[in-house]
Amino acid sequence: MESQTEQKNKLSTTIVLENKAIAPGVFVLKYKKVKSFTAGQYIGLTTDLGVTPRLYTIASGENDTEVQVLYNLKDDGWLTPRLSEIKPGSELYVTNPDGDFIDDESPAWWIASGTGIAPYSAMIRSGLHKNKTLIHGGRYNHSFYFENEFIPILKDNYIRCCSQDKGEGLYHGRLTRYLQDVENLPTDCRYFICGSPEMVVEVRDLLIKRGVKYDKIVAEIYF
Amino acid sequence: MMVKDTLLGKTLEELIQITADLKLPKFAAKQIADWLYKKDITSIEEMSNLSAKARAALAEKYDMGIILSTKVESSVDGTKKYLYPTNLAHQFIETAYIPDKKRSTLCVSSQVGCKMGCLFCMTGKQGFQGQLSSGEIINQIRSLPERENLTNIVYMGMGEPLDNVPELMKSLEILTSDYGMAMSPRRITVSTIGIIPGMIEFLNHSECHLAVSLHTPFEDERKRLMPVQNVYPIKDVLQIIRDFDFGLQRRISFEYIMFKGINDTPAHVKELCRILDGIKCRINLIRFHPIPDTPLEGSDEATMEDFKEQLVKKGITTTVRRSRGLDIFAACGLLSTKELVKRQEEEKDF
Ligand SMILES: Cc1cc2nc3c(=O)[nH]c(=O)nc-3n(C[C@H](O)[C@H](O)[C@H](O)COP(=O)(O)OP(=O)(O)OC[C@H]3O[C@@H](n4cnc5c(N)ncnc54)[C@H](O)[C@@H]3O)c2cc1C
Ligand code: SF4
Repeated sequence: MESQTEQKNKLSTTIVLENKAIAPGVFVLKYKKVKSFTAGQYIGLTTDLGVTPRLYTIASGENDTEVQVLYNLKDDGWLTPRLSEIKPGSELYVTNPDGDFIDDESPAWWIASGTGIAPYSAMIRSGLHKNKTLIHGGRYNHSFYFENEFIPILKDNYIRCCSQDKGEGLYHGRLTRYLQDVENLPTDCRYFICGSPEMVVEVRDLLIKRGVKYDKIVAEIYF
Repeated sequence: MMVKDTLLGKTLEELIQITADLKLPKFAAKQIADWLYKKDITSIEEMSNLSAKARAALAEKYDMGIILSTKVESSVDGTKKYLYPTNLAHQFIETAYIPDKKRSTLCVSSQVGCKMGCLFCMTGKQGFQGQLSSGEIINQIRSLPERENLTNIVYMGMGEPLDNVPELMKSLEILTSDYGMAMSPRRITVSTIGIIPGMIEFLNHSECHLAVSLHTPFEDERKRLMPVQNVYPIKDVLQIIRDFDFGLQRRISFEYIMFKGINDTPAHVKELCRILDGIKCRINLIRFHPIPDTPLEGSDEATMEDFKEQLVKKGITTTVRRSRGLDIFAACGLLSTKELVKRQEEEKDF
């Protein structure tokens, strides 16, 4: 009998439906859904059976028929340079969905840097948005992936913190400064943080300093 | 200026390739390995059984790769902490030498900083700066003044070894091969927070001991302390350990830092026994020494002793690890953090 671990690591073949650059070095890959998932989970992807899959949070909704992945190109990485070249119709290997970065209906602040927006995109597209505040940090005004979907749903509870550019509706400065400056930071809701290790660690420290108990903080690190 | 590749950290297979590329005789690879891993020279020029032509050809493309420590701090208890510069500008790693009665253990680093962000860890707070090459890992042993006394090596310094699998595996091969340092794999322990793909590779391709950082048996609690729990839950890590045949000699142990009022209750003893049921293992209880801005506190002595007794009563071999080198900040990451030159603010993507 197949062990639980073998089950989880099992690779299925899927077909790429679309692979588009949406900002410099940032792509959205769409492929045919193989297994159902819960918003916030990740999958492993690889183009070669001999190479360990890299992990990506699913960005699409639970009921969508296709799976979307938002990824950054790492010039010196193994997979992402190959992924960025992949054409619709190509085969791709994908693991079963897994992971526990999962929210419920209770009040929460969602915090993301860069492609760390992906789990919240899945959550919003799966119908989770009441009682949520979303804070997204990015360097440029093109760094706010999926913003057109978040704005009408979350309205004032969607805050884009931009460190390098200025623009309408953008908070000029890093998201850590926003969190430092914001008055009445709630200490009774949960905080979800997703993105680069540096951001996650800095934000977690900052929240704790501002009175949030560490056990209210759930972090997903894109290591 | 061309940056030369280093010889230290190359496996025999790689050295054979290098000597073939330089059109040197095949036995030269074995001779170079001897100089690198068994002898005490610091430059290619000193490889006296190689022809002058061979040495010149090597030196044109390669450096020996020996990096001497730039700072050492000694504790009153004999622990020493060495600071080594790395190939990354302004970045340092640290290595702790811990002599005891019969044993002398070296705690080596595998990365510069770390990506895993464990709540209780200073290295986690300094972020990730880069992977160490197998040469930089081996150098921590090779350049150690007390090298001759070493009996044990633990990969428990800065970084998560199984997030740097290719370089980790090369360093283990060199440490344990006849052509290398010929150490018994039973004297080497690699510690991980449970990076599953790396663990599978490590278990299948080395014979060294494994230590897993557990810190709490409850999944939700572990998630708050160690974000990796979202991705590689401890129950899956334990399943892999259960499925693997460790044989009689290979050891699996669990590291458990004790936090006051958080993971030191009778409920934790009970749940630990439940999740570890059927695994022949040891638990090492570790004192927590608070780091700046942490919400966590260490459990007191009495609680730790009692926790240990309860586990022992349930049949789990448990030890309380002695704290060493407290006066020199031996808690991982503290010394190098003091030296760390932070990256430019504008490089951050948030
Ligand atoms: C749970 C989870 C979810 C994630 N979700 C997303 C997501 O939705 N979108 C996204 O963009 N990313 C995500 N990531 C990050 C992603 O998994 C990969 O890190 C990324 O795509 C890199 O893939 P790669 O193969 O191109 O690079 P890799 O080959 O894996 O290399 C990654 C980086 O490490 C360096 N590196 C690799 N090996 C070495 C070595 N031996 N020595 C020195 N440096 C080395 C490379 O140069 C590169 O910069 C997620 C990570 C996790 C853990
Ligand atoms: S405890 Fe280990 S894995 Fe966790 S942040 Fe520190 S060095 Fe990294």
